[in-house]
Amino acid sequence: MSALPALTIAPADKTELDLTSIRADFPILRQRIHGKSLVYLDNAASVQKPKAVIDAISECYSGYYANIHRGVHLLSERSTMAYEGAREKVRAFLNAASTQEIIFTRNTTESINLVASSFGGSAVKAGDEIIITGMEHHSNIVPWQLLCDRTGAVLKVAPFTDAGELILEEYERLLNSGRVKLAAFVHISNALGTINPVKMMVDLAHARGVPTLVDGAQSVPHLTVDVQNLDCDFYAFSGHKLYGPSGVGVLYGKQALLDAMPPYQGGGDMISVVTFEKTEYADLPNKFEAGTPNIAGVIGMGAALDWLNAIGLDAVAAHEQQLLDYATAQLLEIPGLVIMGTARDKAALVAFTLQGVHPHDIGTILDREGIAIRAGHHCAQPVMQRYGVPATARASLAVYNSRDEVDALVKALWKVKELFA
Amino acid sequence: MNDLRDLYQEVILDHNKRPRNFRILPQPTHHADGVNPLCGDRISVFLDIDDGVIRDISFQGAGCAISSASASLMTEALKGKPVNEIDYLFDAFHTVVTTDAECPKGLGKLSVLAGVRDYPSRVKCATLAWHAVHAALEQHKQPVATE
Repeated sequence: MSALPALTIAPADKTELDLTSIRADFPILRQRIHGKSLVYLDNAASVQKPKAVIDAISECYSGYYANIHRGVHLLSERSTMAYEGAREKVRAFLNAASTQEIIFTRNTTESINLVASSFGGSAVKAGDEIIITGMEHHSNIVPWQLLCDRTGAVLKVAPFTDAGELILEEYERLLNSGRVKLAAFVHISNALGTINPVKMMVDLAHARGVPTLVDGAQSVPHLTVDVQNLDCDFYAFSGHKLYGPSGVGVLYGKQALLDAMPPYQGGGDMISVVTFEKTEYADLPNKFEAGTPNIAGVIGMGAALDWLNAIGLDAVAAHEQQLLDYATAQLLEIPGLVIMGTARDKAALVAFTLQGVHPHDIGTILDREGIAIRAGHHCAQPVMQRYGVPATARASLAVYNSRDEVDALVKALWKVKELFA
Repeated sequence: MNDLRDLYQEVILDHNKRPRNFRILPQPTHHADGVNPLCGDRISVFLDIDDGVIRDISFQGAGCAISSASASLMTEALKGKPVNEIDYLFDAFHTVVTTDAECPKGLGKLSVLAGVRDYPSRVKCATLAWHAVHAALEQHKQPVATE
């Protein structure tokens, strides 16, 4: 019997999401705002939480909560296991070499301040230079300005093009001064959506012996980050943009650097021996986690990672990219609408202005249609200055957003135009 | 749309599009900047005060429809008024945009901004220019902020 022709079976589309089931995971999405279905497009500011995260926090407080790392009793042991279990989940999520390299903080801002204060305070001297880019969030500008004020170091800013793409040659030129002690840059710009070529930027810095910090607040919910492959020295992000609770952040740091750095804050949990004469500090990661941390929050973030992993970041990214392309095309149909940030490599947000209408007014009118967007400077005033605008409107996407919601946004923007005609 | 029309009344949209007294006074007796750090709005006000009377008043800057229209309406309301009436008008205006109280007397056209009371996040927009006038009279060197 002759062989049957081989059947070509298309592999299951891994990028296909079950949007109905994903949306059902988010209790908040069921509510109505001003009588309209909620269309939540302010995800770059903070993302909504799936039930799995809400339940994990609730279970912690109702089932096994106690302080960690000190009790001999069962609840403390269980809380400690859950807390340290979340650290392992974060390690795996970033593919870090060790859980000792995962420090829990309050948020991205605190993670960056930790590095500026501890690493910067010990390694940066007068005349040294810190490089950032022109598209940083204030949280990756101000800590370095404070460090420069304290030490006499100088902040250097790598510029970007009109499209919102970093000018790599300028970044490289700044690295060549021989005085650079750290390059700190954003992975995905919250104001433009630009995905920076961070791997290349790390390599360029390392070629000159310069360590790097990556602000990953906007990137971890949208693309896979492998810190060993990236080879960055520090990576900072927040739980609340990653479907986890607010009040929890992460600093990844290479162990050798973290070992050499002095503590950031002093207190309980970060010591091994304290006398009034001298204190010996705890090993990593506890050295950088002074005081009782956000225990339930960290556990909630662990649950968020489980939830996200079950969907798969590749599928999330593919869905968001399709939605971004659709939203971009639909928005450009509106006369007078200008998109700010048109980098070739761009993540799930659209920042825009509408001729004759201030973004604040757009935000208010959209709110009455049940649509939540951000209007303002997005904590990135230098980016606004770069384009000569006081503010923009920004619609930012998450895994639970749909084409229907993009349509609702576009329809509401036509109403804005009508009102301001 | 109807409730939005309560906020964005025709008079407001008109003053936003064609702001009155939108210019720099060459030699003001008083001047100050007002900034709303939340949204980046910035308004400069200029006053020419002589013998306790506001002879001329103007503003410049970039802001949303509410802050622009409010500044424009304010300049119209204050021009020619004695300086010592500003506090009363500011208080009355503040009451209108922040409470459900009856519209105080003497506010005139300024009362079109009453719709702002249903939009608490926009109160700062409506009062920005007034804060700037206040700062100008106190001769603040730093821009006054609504935060």
